Amino acid sequence: MKTTYREAMRAAIRDALQRDERVFLMGEDVGAYGGCFAVSLGLFEEFGPERIRDTPLSESGFVGAGIGAALGGMRPIVEIMTVNFSLLALDQLVNNAATLLHMSGGQFNVPLVIRMTTGAGRQLGAQHSHSLEGWYAHIPGLRILTPATLEDARGMLWTALEDPDPVLIFEHGTLYNVAGDLADDAGPVDISTAAVRRPGKDISLITYGGTLPAVLDAATQLAAEGIDAEVLDLRVLRPLDDAAVLGSVARTHRAVVVDEGWRSGSISAELSARITENAFFDLDAPVGRVCSAEVPLPYAKHLELAALPTAERIAAAAREAVGARG
Amino acid sequence: MLRVRRLEEQCVELYSAAKIRGFLHVYIGEEAVAAGVMSTLAPDDAVVATYREHGHALLRGVSAGAILAEMYGYVEGCCRGRGGSMHLFDAATRFYGGNAIVAGGLPLAVGLALADKMSGRSRVTACFFGEGAVAEGEFHESLNLAALWQLPVLFCCENNLYAMGTALARSESQTDIALKAASYEIASWSADGMDVLAVEEAARRAVDAVRSGGGPHFLELRTYRFRAHSMFDPERYREKTEVSRWMERDPINTLRKALEDAGQLTEKDWKKIQQDVDAEVKAAVEFAEAGTLEPVEELTRFVYSERRPQ
Repeated sequence: MKTTYREAMRAAIRDALQRDERVFLMGEDVGAYGGCFAVSLGLFEEFGPERIRDTPLSESGFVGAGIGAALGGMRPIVEIMTVNFSLLALDQLVNNAATLLHMSGGQFNVPLVIRMTTGAGRQLGAQHSHSLEGWYAHIPGLRILTPATLEDARGMLWTALEDPDPVLIFEHGTLYNVAGDLADDAGPVDISTAAVRRPGKDISLITYGGTLPAVLDAATQLAAEGIDAEVLDLRVLRPLDDAAVLGSVARTHRAVVVDEGWRSGSISAELSARITENAFFDLDAPVGRVCSAEVPLPYAKHLELAALPTAERIAAAAREAVGARG
Repeated sequence: MLRVRRLEEQCVELYSAAKIRGFLHVYIGEEAVAAGVMSTLAPDDAVVATYREHGHALLRGVSAGAILAEMYGYVEGCCRGRGGSMHLFDAATRFYGGNAIVAGGLPLAVGLALADKMSGRSRVTACFFGEGAVAEGEFHESLNLAALWQLPVLFCCENNLYAMGTALARSESQTDIALKAASYEIASWSADGMDVLAVEEAARRAVDAVRSGGGPHFLELRTYRFRAHSMFDPERYREKTEVSRWMERDPINTLRKALEDAGQLTEKDWKKIQQDVDAEVKAAVEFAEAGTLEPVEELTRFVYSERRPQ
């Protein structure tokens, strides 16, 4: 069937609400408004205000309440409108959700799912364009998902709800309108492995989330030049699927990591380090990286574009790696 | 109250002997608050507390041995030595910590109560925090949510007048804490936190109201910490005379005198109570001393659950 990323996500939420009465959605404007990005549009009318629960602008309060409700036996889906607002809930995410199982010696797990929009590319200025999913991937105790395809938008949520531990799902804002075909019987998918989106033999382009379309574009450009790029979609930023990353590098001997986060201290840095630590002798070239420029994201379209990983920059980095002599 | 007092005195002693490390915050002087409130809760109610929670855990039913073993860092502790003094948890008694972040437990209590309300259970969640928490945003967010959704939470503010070393009047423009709660349309009142009978009476009234669907309630329990904030606190911020004035209102002595005056406690009874408590604490120390270390190979257990989705 024809669908969009937004509709696939909505179908996943509806499916979860129908499958399990402990599931409810809570967040700012998820109900009467229909969701800031219209993901939950229509669910308020279908499931009512108890299960599609509008909250005040109290990120720490309602994220903490989600943790408490999870401890109390519910399966909450908490929507944080955008990743920048999640900074107001960092105490609950980092000090409580991520620690309770360990601090309690295994007694209290937190089966909570948090969804939030992330990323730049929509001229929303510096405070609404962060890509902080790599930051959250620093925290032991959290599981970090970055659905980039219709299948993952449809399938990751239910598996995340079955996870006994807190799962954060980052939905890139530029993906909501992506349209395509989704199998009628599309359902839950795994939330632990990376996926090869395009097989290739000359170089591994490793990415996730909102930059997957640009990376696939770059791979098409490169193919026309005779460079056969493999595109690996990480899907999960914590814990990383090391076997898939190292397996791809073992096949291609070259890697470029593409990450919309800032370069310093980023998930791309972590990937580069892991490849270097574990596959150094497989490499025919240094690991390359394409990241966002280290500036607060500007509003002006040409400046914003200049700051972000684009297909052209990704292809250039790949050419450089392939041109390097092993 | 005496059980808490003796356990805390033992903790201080063990800290000095380097058996317990990290931060240690004792509850000496404030025992009437937890004792009064806990006596009104049912076994399936939930409790959320702070980093000064040894007494709350003990009165909720966690054994003194499991508490002390936790502080020793042993696997026999109530959190296998992963939590320590500030992070005591116990699933069996629905004791949800043990939180080192001031006001960090309030949203959890709201969520526990939300789960109960959505599931149609008539359980109460009691949430303890100090008056320092009222300056945090999470305090206001939590009170608003609890009132907005009419959740079964009992907020218990242990007002011991100092947020670490900062006096209430030096940190709050409005020092009437019950009034702050009332501004969220929460039924709220103050009680003498040095008088266990007054605390119990106030708590019983509030818990009954919460349990019967009356929405969140708020108690400001006016109390005082006789000892330093933690073992690292030189107490430069308050006069010794102020401490000794409050110690004249020691909640244990007050109750003892009231019971003696009423002819309900004899010298013999009092001796027996002391002997029993001393024996309990001594046994707890022996239990902790006999504890064992969790194998280092288990370091990374409990970061994620061992049961994974397919």
